[in-house]
Amino acid sequence: MLKYLKEIGRYFILMKKVFSFPEKKDIFFKQLFNEFEKVGLSSLSIVLIISFFVGGVVTIQQAINIDDPLIPKYLIGFVTRDALILEFSPTMIALILAGKVGSNIASEIGSMRISEQIDALEIMGINSASYLVLPKIIASILFFPILVILSIFIGIFGGWIGGISIGVTTADFVLGLQTEFSPFYVSYSLIKTVVFAFLITSISAFYGYFTKGGALEVGKSSTTAVVNSSILILIFNFIITELLLT
Amino acid sequence: MIEVQNLSKSFKENLVLDDISVKLERGKTNLIIGESGSGKTTFLKCLIGLHSIDNGEILFDNRKFSKMNDKNVRKFRQEIGVLFQGGALYDYLSVEENIMFPLNMFTKFNLKEKKERVNFCLSKVNLEKTNNLFPSELSGGMTKRVAIARAIALNPKYLFCDEPNSGLDPKTAILIDNLILEITEEFNITTIVNTHDMNSVIQIGSNILFIHKGKILWNGNKNDLTKSKNNELNNFVFASKLFKTLRNENFT
Repeated sequence: MLKYLKEIGRYFILMKKVFSFPEKKDIFFKQLFNEFEKVGLSSLSIVLIISFFVGGVVTIQQAINIDDPLIPKYLIGFVTRDALILEFSPTMIALILAGKVGSNIASEIGSMRISEQIDALEIMGINSASYLVLPKIIASILFFPILVILSIFIGIFGGWIGGISIGVTTADFVLGLQTEFSPFYVSYSLIKTVVFAFLITSISAFYGYFTKGGALEVGKSSTTAVVNSSILILIFNFIITELLLT
Repeated sequence: MIEVQNLSKSFKENLVLDDISVKLERGKTNLIIGESGSGKTTFLKCLIGLHSIDNGEILFDNRKFSKMNDKNVRKFRQEIGVLFQGGALYDYLSVEENIMFPLNMFTKFNLKEKKERVNFCLSKVNLEKTNNLFPSELSGGMTKRVAIARAIALNPKYLFCDEPNSGLDPKTAILIDNLILEITEEFNITTIVNTHDMNSVIQIGSNILFIHKGKILWNGNKNDLTKSKNNELNNFVFASKLFKTLRNENFT
């Protein structure tokens, strides 16, 4: 128990160091744009591919499950839309990004730690935590919502294709998409995404930053970062849903 | 000059540095020697502020390190150049960008001035025209030399080198030693080299500290080495048959 409390304490101390004013604004913005590419753009293809196919599968499964003449067909589009906005796009994509982006951040910072590159930054008088981690956190907070919005659109597109493949008409599907649409669901989805983005980058950076040892430990840090950020994503998903939807 | 007064450092119950007092002089290559685990890396890390100290004081040209606030420590660190054991070059930056890094962070030089400084530093380490190479394309010796170039980019007053010759062939090791000596004398800086390479000791050791079990057991220059009656020092320095033979021939 004490070990976990210590770890949580170290996490908050690191975050205090991270959220300090950047020493050179131009360098910070240069890094921020690099991070947009590393944490955001590089994940675009995987997010779009997964979203398209999951959207299609969700639609096909709904169509099979509600194959009843008393249930209107437009409900297939309705369910697909809500499943994607409420859960799949923010939460499942966050879990996928925890694996892809989180492991990348932990191993990148971990490698810098064991090869003394972080010590070199500190010796130069640079706040290494802020210099390395802050651009990653800001980039993910700004870019992950874009990924999630794209995921929702591509998922719905995949759903439409999936629906057509099993005989759901475009008119029914579109009617379902328009039925009882609540814009708040999108806000809820984006709020979750911002929280998850912060969790993924900060937790992964934390495990990378405090890596000790050699290459094996970098791998361990990376795995721990993915596991712990995934667990925290699920916990915070529950908390946010309780707070915002009930 | 760096003056260390009664410095002690322990990790939990393990006392690693025990009441160390020493003066490290400007314009000299101050070598810290000792067996693995003797405390020399901890001593170096205490000097550069990577480890906090339990007791004592470190004075950099009469400025007390412990009395500096965070802002002053940051500013002071720009006076320090460090050559890490593995070079610690930033993998994602080219040679030029690595050397330019401290200039970007701490100077108001324009691009032309920065490039001139980079080229000057590279010429000092005999690595002209390597500007666009990346660390993965460099040999061990080149990596160390680029790291030295980066360390001197801001004209440091103090240069710290941790095992500069580890993993290098004898010829390259001599090159690095000579480079450190040359830079120390040319820029009149206080250089501290952490090593257990006896060739370095003989090559550049103008002030040598022998650390054994966390204490400084001997302090002198390379000419005094053969005259020492200290058993621990003699066991360490003349561990090999070659050095024993050379000792009898007064090799220094």
